[in-house]
Amino acid sequence: MIIMQNTFFTNSPTLIVMVGLPARGKTYISKKLTRYLNWIGVPTKVFNLGQYRREVQSYKSFEFFRPDNEEAMQIRKACASNALKDVVIYFSKEHGQVAVFDATNTTRERRVSIVSFAKEKGYKVFFVESICDDPDIIAQNIADVKVSSPDYLNCDKEEALADFLKRIECYKQTYVPLDDEKDRRLSYIKIFNVGSRYLVNCVQDHIQSRIVYYLMNIHVTPRSIYLSRHGESNMNLLGRIGGDSGLSPRGHKYATALGTFIKSQHIKDLKVWTSHMKRTIQTAEHLGIPYEQWKALNEIDAGVCEEMTYEEIQDNHPEEFALRDQDKYRYRYPKGESYEDLVHRLEPVIMELERQENVLVVCHQAVMRCLLAYLLDKTADELPYLKCPLHTALKLTPVAYGCKVEHVFLNIEAVNTHRERPGNVDVSRDPEEALKTIPDHF
Amino acid sequence: MKSHAEQDAGTVLSSGWCCHPCDWLHGILSSVPQFTNSPTLIVMVGLPARGKTYISKKLTRYLNWIGVPTKVFNLGQYRREVQSYKSFEFFRPDNEEAMQIRKACASNALKDVVIYFSKEHGQVAVFDATNTTRERRVSIVSFAKEKGYKVFFVESICDDPDIIAQNIADVKVSSPDYLNCDKEEALADFLKRIECYKQTYVPLDDEKDRRLSYIKIFNVGSRYLVNCVQDHIQSRIVYYLMNIHVTPRSIYLSRHGESNMNLLGRIGGDSGLSPRGHKYATALGTFIKSQHIKDLKVWTSHMKRTIQTAEHLGIPYEQWKALNEIDAGVCEEMTYEEIQDNHPEEFALRDQDKYRYRYPKGESYEDLVHRLEPVIMELERQENVLVVCHQAVMRCLLAYLLDKTADELPYLKCPLHTALKLTPVAYGCKVEHVFLNIEAVNTHRERPGNVDVSRDPEEALKTIPDHF
Repeated sequence: MIIMQNTFFTNSPTLIVMVGLPARGKTYISKKLTRYLNWIGVPTKVFNLGQYRREVQSYKSFEFFRPDNEEAMQIRKACASNALKDVVIYFSKEHGQVAVFDATNTTRERRVSIVSFAKEKGYKVFFVESICDDPDIIAQNIADVKVSSPDYLNCDKEEALADFLKRIECYKQTYVPLDDEKDRRLSYIKIFNVGSRYLVNCVQDHIQSRIVYYLMNIHVTPRSIYLSRHGESNMNLLGRIGGDSGLSPRGHKYATALGTFIKSQHIKDLKVWTSHMKRTIQTAEHLGIPYEQWKALNEIDAGVCEEMTYEEIQDNHPEEFALRDQDKYRYRYPKGESYEDLVHRLEPVIMELERQENVLVVCHQAVMRCLLAYLLDKTADELPYLKCPLHTALKLTPVAYGCKVEHVFLNIEAVNTHRERPGNVDVSRDPEEALKTIPDHF
Repeated sequence: MKSHAEQDAGTVLSSGWCCHPCDWLHGILSSVPQFTNSPTLIVMVGLPARGKTYISKKLTRYLNWIGVPTKVFNLGQYRREVQSYKSFEFFRPDNEEAMQIRKACASNALKDVVIYFSKEHGQVAVFDATNTTRERRVSIVSFAKEKGYKVFFVESICDDPDIIAQNIADVKVSSPDYLNCDKEEALADFLKRIECYKQTYVPLDDEKDRRLSYIKIFNVGSRYLVNCVQDHIQSRIVYYLMNIHVTPRSIYLSRHGESNMNLLGRIGGDSGLSPRGHKYATALGTFIKSQHIKDLKVWTSHMKRTIQTAEHLGIPYEQWKALNEIDAGVCEEMTYEEIQDNHPEEFALRDQDKYRYRYPKGESYEDLVHRLEPVIMELERQENVLVVCHQAVMRCLLAYLLDKTADELPYLKCPLHTALKLTPVAYGCKVEHVFLNIEAVNTHRERPGNVDVSRDPEEALKTIPDHF
């Protein structure tokens, strides 16, 4: 019997093909989409043609991209071919499920050859075309990511800008957008002017539907996401996990300090989200701002281990304790959840976080690790060990292709709740080895 | 699902209460985020027989199920109330008298929308009419702006004559307008009706309407144009509309075979099948084979009893954690007698509001609906599917498919050893019950007469089903 864990994979791998002139956000979209798909459990990788080119040819000027530059054209074709060869390896040998081919792909000829290639290999193809005619947006893109590109290492900003604009002109001469009529059998989404408008054609399956939904929910308006755990709770003080206790006196102090900090930031239209658990609600209450409770933000359910200390878990469930250390991401507490389950239930939160602008999420350790892993592109192995200490707010601001992180420790002491992976994760280990890394508590 | 909403200084508290009401100063209690503070007016656009009413009803069903109070306002119904239909001449663009009547009907419909939003806690209204002229749409946008409603247009464009012919055959010739006509007459008249509209039809324009929020659906979904999505609810509506299809298919729903817990009258847990349960699973396999279903997908939960049931089918199946039975928290694995013994107050509270009641450390039906939403979305994308699940889960899925309210949902009858075959037809769903002739215990508990916390144990236990 073929038993699959709630997979929304299709049997065929999917090749996402970016289309668009330079500085239209193709790499931004490629990286962001890849980050999202990996986070929800779909192995995805970007294949950026610019990187392939830089490996074989150091950049001199826009002349390389002139449509009549035969020699350069050969090099560019060879690079594309190598990138696609690597896609084949990714799919057939590295368990990849989605490959994002990040290149301009602006001619019909190039796209036709990609479609043949994919058809021959049995891959599905989904095009993502970014069309933008707003000169301000383009200028901003160039300033953000182009003038600092490896191609312009030894140029000043003015030179880089001038050259890049000429580069765009080279592409414009041969650019043929996806056509409503001629390409009506292709699967694609056209994004106009950073998302004011979308054209979606022939979505074939679940993963393409999710990709479309995601792309239609992201935006580039500047904003910050603030993440914080609840203030120190009474359970935290006792070294107990889970439960639904209230804040300790220091926890209340933190909540007040957090309120002060938030006010000092003068954040425009801040949304505040909490879980349904007392400790996040009590924390939010101190902020004096309306907040919204999400059940999906509740802490990971530790099942039979709820409200135990690590010592008690070792006493009562030594084998489970070891199994968890062996694979903390996938391990599911008996009658409880795993980090993998958490990611699944947090997906709507992430989607809404993408739609929103300034948001403060007051949540829990495991939940915060999952959100942070999404925002900072951490792997499933790293995720359960990300450091999310109490009484420390994180301010994340999207910048260029990633996220700037500012840690703000609000100077209220709290217990440490972070347990590192111990050296010995074998089920036969001694209790002392299991308990080596547990944090202190009262 | 109809749920309470209270206005509080501009913020909206959604869906009712939980069993431990919190009167936090600034907290908005919800299982799902606030979709929007302003009500939303969805405006359908398109020639007759383009699926506007189909989309209106389906979308409304979905939004109500996920907890957004939504209602359809169908202009044809308003018209039929004031004018009995004679012929397509009513719709001729030069028919001044009819035009006045039609304008008045539209005006009345919009008045009712205002009442729905302001007095009946409605959140979304779907204005199901052709709205094919710019003039009409402009006046709707003004109306909405004046009232503070958001507007989202859904335009259905179709030029495939086969699809249109199918629509007309499915729902038009049997419309109240053509009660006394034979099929040929009805078809001929309706086609002339479409021609009347075509003369003045101006689709939403890429350039002129670039500030409006809308989705254009081309040829039943091969292609979509989405413009200026304003908020979360519009984003969800777009996602939903892009996932539904009209390819004929059937959805089969079944519970797992009778389990050992069922025999003992215990709820929840993760037990295996009883001998009769195994017999059912085999019979289900035989039934499924006999149906010769093309490309059937089989889904189960992560619990033993659904997996064991699917194992007998001899078809690959996919496990969904979201299909797990409702978590009864502290009451897991208890009999109703034990619940009454140990948690008499909780037992009564549950009977008072079975849809919203959340077991301590467990879930409510409302939580279940929330976690089943991705299952519903995938069910919409798929074609032939058999879902092997549990009583409460099946009630939630059935309520979605058959448009049942939150009050009805927790009492829907989903007996063991009975498969349901649901086939979309016209604007709804045809249901066939298939009892596979293997006996099983009854697990359905009706709402007792006395739901007061002060009631006697006998009153509480009056309606519990028999068990060993």
